[in-house]
Amino acid sequence: MTVIVKKTTQLIAGIIFLYGIYIILHGHLTPGGGFAGGVILAGSFILLILAWGSDFLHLVREEQGSTLYENLAILVVLFLALSGLLAGVNVFFANWLPHGTPGELLSAGILPLYNIFVGIEVAASILTIFLALIIFKEEVLK
Amino acid sequence: MEVAISVITIFMILGAIYAIHARDILSAVIAGGIVGYSLVICFLLLQAPDLAIVQIVVETITLIIMVAVVLDSSRVEAYSRFDRRAWITAGTAVVILLVLFWFLRAASSHLAPFGESSLRMADAYINGAVERTGSVNLVTGVVFDFRGYDTLGEATVLVTAVLGVLTILRINGKKKLT
Repeated sequence: MTVIVKKTTQLIAGIIFLYGIYIILHGHLTPGGGFAGGVILAGSFILLILAWGSDFLHLVREEQGSTLYENLAILVVLFLALSGLLAGVNVFFANWLPHGTPGELLSAGILPLYNIFVGIEVAASILTIFLALIIFKEEVLK
Repeated sequence: MEVAISVITIFMILGAIYAIHARDILSAVIAGGIVGYSLVICFLLLQAPDLAIVQIVVETITLIIMVAVVLDSSRVEAYSRFDRRAWITAGTAVVILLVLFWFLRAASSHLAPFGESSLRMADAYINGAVERTGSVNLVTGVVFDFRGYDTLGEATVLVTAVLGVLTILRINGKKKLT
């Protein structure tokens, strides 16, 4: 790609990343949440990869990292769901943390934690699929 | 609003029909994008911003991936000749369409007017949900609290899909690569 495209994506990708984090963290206050924010996070990475082209070894390392984070995040979501059993409430998916005042950033008990880890999981999944399509195509070409 | 949604729905149907019959697969993929982006406008008109955000981002990324796939493979669609076996297929499709329309007519007479909810479960979810979950956004409250099992299932489906993609696309083993 030309210098103009590279510079523009460099400036924009960070803002898109911040917007995704905002959507995830405010998931219990405004429209959005883990799924929407996660896809936006993946979108900022995909924008950079499309504009800057693919360096093969770098992409392989990135794919290993995203696979790891995807699997860790889904495990953490499962343990959060199980934590209701361990915390003495004895209900799967219990919202056992204190609820706080509705409308504040730190409220809604355990829901923001679910949002954060589902967001990581979705972002890593979409990025892994995109990277796999590039990596294994170059593997065929070699 | 019903008029606007009807017009957008007609656009979606036209786009889908063009996507089926286009000779160039790249234009078929872009015509498929019409369906997705029209759906975003429908969600916004029906006051569902949660769904609209997810739909617009997922549609964009899917379009990018599909365009990349089409550019790497063939752009010409393979056509099969219209012979006697095709008449049987077409006849079956028409019969199934007629049966589905009959069911739709029978079912739509029992529906509530447009915009009025007829679900008894919805009242139980909406009333007092803010106090019970502590979340101002009702959708997050339902998705992660009342319907937690569903969300865990969705996340697991995503992980399984990625595992499937990696397994199918990988030609060399991972040990050879590093």
